[in-house]
Amino acid sequence: MHYQAESYGNYYASTVRQSAAVDPLERVVRLASGSAVVIFSLSTCCMCHAVKRLFCGMGVNPTVYELDLVPRGKEIERALMRVLGGGSSVPVVFVGGKLVGAMDRVMASHINGTLVPLLKEAGALWL
Amino acid sequence: MRSVIDMITPTTQFTSSSTIGVHEPIHQISMWDDTFGGTINPNTDVCMITQADAKLADMCEYASDRSLEASGDNQTAKSISDKVQRRLAQNREAARKSRLRKKEYVKQLESSRLKLAQLELELERARHQGSFIGGATANVGCGSVNSGIAVFEMEYGHWMEVQQRKNSEIRNVLQSPLGDVELRPLVEDVVEHYCNLFRMKKDAARADSFYLVFGLWRTPVEQFFLWIGGFQPSELINVVLPQLEDLTEEQKAEVCKLRHSCQQAEEALSQGIDKLRETLAQSITTLAGGAGSYSSQVVSTMEKLKSLESFVQQADHLREQTLRRMSIILNTRQAAKGMLAFGEYFQCLRDLGSLWAASPRNFSI
Repeated sequence: MHYQAESYGNYYASTVRQSAAVDPLERVVRLASGSAVVIFSLSTCCMCHAVKRLFCGMGVNPTVYELDLVPRGKEIERALMRVLGGGSSVPVVFVGGKLVGAMDRVMASHINGTLVPLLKEAGALWL
Repeated sequence: MRSVIDMITPTTQFTSSSTIGVHEPIHQISMWDDTFGGTINPNTDVCMITQADAKLADMCEYASDRSLEASGDNQTAKSISDKVQRRLAQNREAARKSRLRKKEYVKQLESSRLKLAQLELELERARHQGSFIGGATANVGCGSVNSGIAVFEMEYGHWMEVQQRKNSEIRNVLQSPLGDVELRPLVEDVVEHYCNLFRMKKDAARADSFYLVFGLWRTPVEQFFLWIGGFQPSELINVVLPQLEDLTEEQKAEVCKLRHSCQQAEEALSQGIDKLRETLAQSITTLAGGAGSYSSQVVSTMEKLKSLESFVQQADHLREQTLRRMSIILNTRQAAKGMLAFGEYFQCLRDLGSLWAASPRNFSI
């Protein structure tokens, strides 16, 4: 699992310069398509911890953005809340650049067997 | 449900006059209107006096009629008249007091009726919101009234009864020559019934998530097997699987896959709760240490406690998804047997719990 909190790497640094005028939702989309599995999280959220453990337990290596540690993370949080329709903003999971959803959607898709094929398709899981 | 007010009739008598708390019906008088100046206090002899006076009044009328006719002994007639006058005056006074008491009593009944209506309204409201009544007093000792939980306990009892009835129906149909067409809706109905329970628990969790997590409405034996406030989905599969003899290879594979996914999900949620406990411990240490702003620490700690509610929700969500998935993998007959097996296991566990709770324990070492 790699965190894009402190060390942003070239990818993120380049987007920072451009992000001043960018809609937070567009940032979400751009970040989400950057890795096979992307989790938007808060470092203090225990449900986020649970979803991270779920993927690690499956042998997946997700990219995690801690929105309380990322610059202008609050905007992303608000945008995510709008997308999900209220309630809590995190955790939110993207697989293969496409939105899976919040915790209950992730759980439901794992139970009904649709999550694993999605992960395999995105190249996050082998065998 | 019959309201209490229906049970309070004017014929029942109460000793306490200031509260609607403890009342002891001690004397039945069926004559509010019959007796002239009927009283609500049997401790005085007014009742008997008024009855006697009624007769006396009759006599007095008769006597005064007689005295008008009798031109004879005026002295005796006059003294009788005096006594009678005095008696009548006393009678009037007693009657007046009695009417005042009756008025007071009726006023008290009216206010009780109003209070009852208000309580029923609050209960109904709380049923939909799962919130506390009288929040200000909620944290004072054990005298708090958590209406959300009270409603849940009531509804849970009812849910259990209905559950048993539905299981009996399924058992009957399974044993009969009736086919899948009759069985399918029954199975779907039981699944929906479980979903109703999860909805109830969701409302109750808003009132008190700890109550839900520890299954405080259940017997200790049931609590021993509890996982975040209910059955463990992978365990459900373990209970049901041996009861299903006619599974195809494909079905077996699907069920095993489902069990594996359940275990992974359960593990994730358990680790989430462990993390919650860890961060709470840190928070409490900071609070106890007195560093930083006390009030903001308390607020953030309370926020963390609230997040327990979301874990209860996710656990129930997992249970629901597992039930639905099982009912898809299995055919109607298998699903019916599975539901029945689970229902019977659940009931047995509950009965064992009740038995344990009722059995005398030997405390000698």
